[in-house]
Amino acid sequence: MRRFLLPVLIFLSVALPAAAADAVRERLDAYRAAGAGEFSAARGEAMWTRQQGARAPDRAESCATCHTPNLTQPGEHFRTGKPIAPLAPSVNAERLTDTAKMEKWFLRNCKGTWGRECTPQEKGDFLTYMKAQ
Amino acid sequence: MKGKYILIGGFAVGLAVASALSFSDGDRDWSMSATDVRPVTNPMYAAECGSCHFAYQPGLLPARSWEKMMAGLDDHFGENAELGPDVLATLTDYLVANAAETDPGWVAKRIEASAPDGAASLRISEQPYIVHKHDEIPRYMVRDNAEVGSLSNCMACHTRADKGVYDEDTVRIPGYPYWED
Ligand code: HEC
Ligand code: HEC
Ligand code: HEC
Repeated sequence: MRRFLLPVLIFLSVALPAAAADAVRERLDAYRAAGAGEFSAARGEAMWTRQQGARAPDRAESCATCHTPNLTQPGEHFRTGKPIAPLAPSVNAERLTDTAKMEKWFLRNCKGTWGRECTPQEKGDFLTYMKAQ
Repeated sequence: MKGKYILIGGFAVGLAVASALSFSDGDRDWSMSATDVRPVTNPMYAAECGSCHFAYQPGLLPARSWEKMMAGLDDHFGENAELGPDVLATLTDYLVANAAETDPGWVAKRIEASAPDGAASLRISEQPYIVHKHDEIPRYMVRDNAEVGSLSNCMACHTRADKGVYDEDTVRIPGYPYWED
């Protein structure tokens, strides 16, 4: 039994970050096909904490309101108090591995934070920033 | 020979642990009897409806409230909680099939009995039975308590709410361990 454990652990530690890279690459290609230009981690980082109007009781100020400005840290849903595991793939190998999940949360969180959907350019900038954390 | 038994034994223990931990053992008798509300038994529900807050048990609201909530997920208490059509249909069926009317747990029965006919309030925290049970807890222990925030946050005080347990023995208000009503 033990003989299998090590290869399995090695597989997991290598395979999961690779999965994040693949899923992000797939999304960036799709955004380019939808008309986006070059992506910038610096723009993604600036948007992460950019405040959109005043904080209403049910409107977050920025992505950092729930996820904190530091993606390697755990966050907290600002309305319900529920803890949110870190978004940085370097500390949470499950992140940015599932393209459907990424799109679902972009839709929800962009509408919830900015009151509108994010453009392909913005999503690409976010992902370029996030995947490097 | 001996190795085989160890293997089978190990497998059996594994199965027992897995079924104790798994979400899919909901139609077992032991989980129906003497519970407060039926624990969440659907892994898709636990994932989709447990991402922003803990996954409220279906038995905490009547079916008509769940149906109304699931028809308006694009504006879910001011939040976008939209789901694809297949997931939406599966989860609506799960909620309706396990709603307060069908849940034998005593909390579910009391919620159902207290819910006014015809009305379909979307908040568990506004069901008359739940309001009544908490009306003596002062505001500073709930709204103004940074670790609680609102009555919606069942898990903050009911330490085993995620297991469907709401009895008095498992309650602890953060910051006020000795509160008694
Ligand atoms: C109101 C709180 C809140 C705000 C504000 C918020 N998020 Fe999130 N976000 C969540 C929750 C809850 C999840 C899902 C929980 C989980 O997977 O742990 C999530 C998940 C995500 C994911 C999925 C990551 C993955 O692969 O698992 C991405 C991407 C994301 N958020 C991006 C953003 C961006 C970009 C913003 C700002 C536009 C933002 N979030 C603002 C609460 C929030
Ligand atoms: C994008 C985040 C998000 C998702 C996903 C989500 N909810 Fe909610 N939910 C909220 C917020 C925010 C509230 C309001 C909390 C408050 O007022 O404190 C809420 C409130 C509720 C309440 C009322 C709590 C009370 O006060 O009694 C119920 C019931 C509920 N949600 C069920 C669900 C179900 C069922 C699903 C899955 C279909 C779901 N939620 C998915 C964010 C979410
Ligand atoms: C601020 C802390 C707090 C929050 C939040 C909270 N409760 Fe309670 N709850 C209590 C206390 C305290 C009692 C009373 C226990 C007693 O009678 O001694 C109680 C009692 C109850 C009872 C009756 C238990 C019994 O043995 O009679 C139920 C059922 C219940 N709560 C359900 C809920 C649900 C469902 C939620 C979330 C929608 C919730 N509570 C949120 C603190 C809380």
